[in-house]
Amino acid sequence: MTGQTNRLQEGGRIDRAQRLSFTFDGATMTGYAGDTLASALLANGVSLVARSFKYHRPRGIFSAGPEEPNALVRLRGGERVEPNTRATMIPLYDGLVAESQNRWPSLGLDLQAANQLIARFIPAGFYYKTFMGPWSNTKLWMRFEHAIRRAAGMGAGTHAPDPDDYDKMSAHCEVLVIGGGPAGLAAARAAAASGLRVVLVDEREEFGGRLLFDREEIDGAHASHWLAEQTAALEAAPNVRLLSRTTAFGYYDQNMVACVERVSDHLIEPPPHRPRQRLWTIRAKEVVLATGAIEQPLVFADNDRPGVMLAGAARAYVNHYGVLPGRKVVVATNNDDAYRSAIDLHDAGASIESIIDVRPGGAGALAAAAKERGINVLRGYAPVKVQGRRKVRRLAILKLDADGKPTGAQRAADCDLVLVSGGWQPTLHLSSQTGAKAMWDAEKGCFLPGPPRQRERSAGACAGGFMLAECLAQGHAAGLEAAEAAGAVRPELEAPRAAAVAEKPTRLYWECPEPINTPGKKFVDHQDDVTASDVRLAHREGYVSVEHLKRYTTLGMGTDQGKTSNIPGFAIMAKARGVEIGATGTTTFRPPYTPVALGALAGPEVGEHYMPLRRTPMDSWHVERGCEWIDAGLWRRPRYYPAHDGESLFDAYIRETKAVRGAVGLCDVTTLGKIDIQGPDAGEFLNRLYINGWKALPVGKARYGLMLREDGVVLDDGTTSRLGEHHYLMTTTTANAVRIMAWIDYHLQVVWPDLKVKATSVTEQWAAMAVAGPTARRLLEPVIDRDLSNEAFPFMAAGPCRLLGGEEGAAPIPGRLFRISFSGELAYELNVPADYGHEAWERLMAAGAPYDVVPYGMEALGNMRIEKGHVAGPELDGRTTADDLGLGRMMSSKKDFIGARLARREDLVRPDRKQFVGLVPVDGRTALKQGAQLVAKDAPATAGTLAAGGTPIRMEGHVTSTGFSPELGHPIALGLVGRGRERLGEELSMRYPLRDLTVPVRIVDPVFIDAEGKRVHG
Amino acid sequence: MLRIDCPWCGPRDMVEFTYVGDGTLRRPEIGAEDGHFDYVYLRDNPKGPHVEIWRHGVGCRRHVAVTRDTATHEMLATGKPGEGAS
Repeated sequence: MTGQTNRLQEGGRIDRAQRLSFTFDGATMTGYAGDTLASALLANGVSLVARSFKYHRPRGIFSAGPEEPNALVRLRGGERVEPNTRATMIPLYDGLVAESQNRWPSLGLDLQAANQLIARFIPAGFYYKTFMGPWSNTKLWMRFEHAIRRAAGMGAGTHAPDPDDYDKMSAHCEVLVIGGGPAGLAAARAAAASGLRVVLVDEREEFGGRLLFDREEIDGAHASHWLAEQTAALEAAPNVRLLSRTTAFGYYDQNMVACVERVSDHLIEPPPHRPRQRLWTIRAKEVVLATGAIEQPLVFADNDRPGVMLAGAARAYVNHYGVLPGRKVVVATNNDDAYRSAIDLHDAGASIESIIDVRPGGAGALAAAAKERGINVLRGYAPVKVQGRRKVRRLAILKLDADGKPTGAQRAADCDLVLVSGGWQPTLHLSSQTGAKAMWDAEKGCFLPGPPRQRERSAGACAGGFMLAECLAQGHAAGLEAAEAAGAVRPELEAPRAAAVAEKPTRLYWECPEPINTPGKKFVDHQDDVTASDVRLAHREGYVSVEHLKRYTTLGMGTDQGKTSNIPGFAIMAKARGVEIGATGTTTFRPPYTPVALGALAGPEVGEHYMPLRRTPMDSWHVERGCEWIDAGLWRRPRYYPAHDGESLFDAYIRETKAVRGAVGLCDVTTLGKIDIQGPDAGEFLNRLYINGWKALPVGKARYGLMLREDGVVLDDGTTSRLGEHHYLMTTTTANAVRIMAWIDYHLQVVWPDLKVKATSVTEQWAAMAVAGPTARRLLEPVIDRDLSNEAFPFMAAGPCRLLGGEEGAAPIPGRLFRISFSGELAYELNVPADYGHEAWERLMAAGAPYDVVPYGMEALGNMRIEKGHVAGPELDGRTTADDLGLGRMMSSKKDFIGARLARREDLVRPDRKQFVGLVPVDGRTALKQGAQLVAKDAPATAGTLAAGGTPIRMEGHVTSTGFSPELGHPIALGLVGRGRERLGEELSMRYPLRDLTVPVRIVDPVFIDAEGKRVHG
Repeated sequence: MLRIDCPWCGPRDMVEFTYVGDGTLRRPEIGAEDGHFDYVYLRDNPKGPHVEIWRHGVGCRRHVAVTRDTATHEMLATGKPGEGAS
């Protein structure tokens, strides 16, 4: 333990009474409440915190905010481990555990740092070039890729499920203020005075923005007083919602802003019943963006060494955290603001060796304050190289001539901290996400927000008003304007005031000269290890647009998305092209502004809450009976009912098939779509929906129908029954129930609103059960109150009934009975109101006991329809026509219907289309595979490569459904085969490369049993 | 996430709706021989205001004619299908 050697004796907003213990790479250290991991590491004298992505160079803490490119750590452990977390944004808590990343075996001794020695062979875009030329067409890349990916890694995550909960919230307000610094607070204060609903969000632990980090005065007192007063007033205001620890990361259409609130990330783990994070979607009438600005660095040799830090960050560590990040300090700048850092560090006890100002004229009013303190200012000088490997030791500098070229001898100053400032770049992420194009301002040396595309305005530093006085004035004005735009009377309110400081403009100068005799890498993008020479290489190779530059060099592609590298990078490219930076533009800003945990986006809709589960009224019976389930869309349906523990799927469905064909079975068919259609034009409407005719269907009869899409391809099938003069009940397949309802709604509401028809889904209103098998009638007769004889209730009859049975004295259950059959056996389908479903099922099971009734599941159901050659989902695959399925004769020529015209197109009536057939293995034993390809019997085993003159093997068709017929004693299948109906008896070869299977098959009629259809009439 | 002002339910989130298609199409009359190909396959791809049909499936189950600016996503108007989105 080294102790908090860099902690100042006093000052800062940390709570020295609350000591917190944490570990970094196993070493135990202490910090205080109010620290971030970064400030605590700096307090403990830890300067080396990470290794870089590509070259594994030692890196330190570079910033004090969300822009941090270097200090990414692996936070927490076990199932809560979170890689690539910015140490600058992690609030310190007792027991925090963090590890450095991307090093082996340790941070101090990283053997992969040897990559630096081969740096000249791995330039920008090396992976695009290295394996071209003589290496191409070999598989070397595949092998190298694995090793390269591992070496160029970020932190490792975990595959364990996330133990934490995430929440989602929606909020509405008139004025949303994003950013709780001086501009945002002034805006929220002004807007809140109107009485409108105001939401203020800020990504940090507390409100204040730069007020927390700077020594400034507002309304004549230290800014902390104003800050405390304003936050208290806003907190107390009933119309204001304050959200700290909340990052607004995405600005979407219609003024919707997505934010993530880190509810529990400042704790070791979330307390019970509290989420870890909460996703907010906030809809605002008006938005004020007060997102601040990010300081840019200067580019010079070895500017990535630990101990090089943004100037503004250093004074944040001093003023806010009471940490002195260095004792001998050199400040290098192209603007006035860095002088504040020099002054603050000086006043905190550091020795400022010099301020290196690249501007020949130096600074404005702040120069005098520096001079008062005896700080040496070198005007017209530039930093050129850092000396020291794992820690800054010296900074070499050169004098610049009027053109910015180096002149004179190189000098060096001893130091342990180099502060750099390349000016401040407004944080334009959110405004740019709306499509407002960033505009270059040559005077300020930064991009400013473009004309708004949504109802938003920018204020303060994010609008280029960098000085506190400007932040307050602009924020105040924006708050008033937003309130007025949202419909309020403009409040009468005094703006808060701060003194203006006379500053000299920033010099548009970022890349410093090469050092003399001691070259080094000049880093532009620290996180992606992109150097100034990489940017010039991209230019030489023609990747001159900033979007190409980004993708070729990876500039700005890291988790920080170039927050501290884009401006210097674009400047270097602009110079190489000989244009203004404004002419290069910026890369596109896309959400999220900073990384967002996927868990937060998923919210509570995970696991069983991911989708609703639909259960039939008989679900609990199936549970008690111990069925195995299968998903059918959102429904769960019994797949089979094992007769004993360990009965296999195959054994069970064969047993169930035999039971139905031999006696009687009961199947829950509630999930089939049921649509109630009523009205005087109902018959006409069905005539338009289905390919077959409906007007002649008498009341009390059912009919099988087939629907096409407008393009002539089959959409769905099912039976529809006429229950009354103007009353029909349509059934659809389970899978298409919702789609067909929407299809009907569309046609009734949009296409044919003049038809007098109403339709509604009644799928969930009726429980449906099929009673199938030769003894089905005998089972039903005692419990159904109507004559079930062939004469009175023949095949395809439909009508009301009452279900008797049950306990003594139990009331009959009203229902509907349909004599329809999917299995091909004598069968009835009983519908009863859903609430009676369970009771009705039990009555049928009881009535069936003398006949050994069995419940049967989806496997047996599917197997029997395959035996009967009925088409289902695998055949109605969105490519088949009615004729392909052998149902072409159903197409009425006497009427028009959806799809009629386009079904007659040339390609849909080609004679060589794939047609619906049955398939059996030639050996009578081998099971066929659903989805397998069918090729000519004597087709070669493989097509060979194109290079060797191979030609693709012609596909004759494919297998759609497979089963096993206990009656025939061998596997059976359905399939689609070119000209299949003409080829009955022909042999083909089934190929299933996934299992390396080749099975000779024979084409047969798709109806395997009871071809005459006698049983359904039995 | 866009919001759509359903003429029957009021303003609702886009997730309650399903995009159905181009609201300017007119299906050929029942019995017509021509026009089906255009109806099924031909679509304009206008930049700017465009009338679309959306289905309020998790709401009133009605179809809504929505005039949307395809370039800006601005929802300009909603109405009942066939009555023009005014």
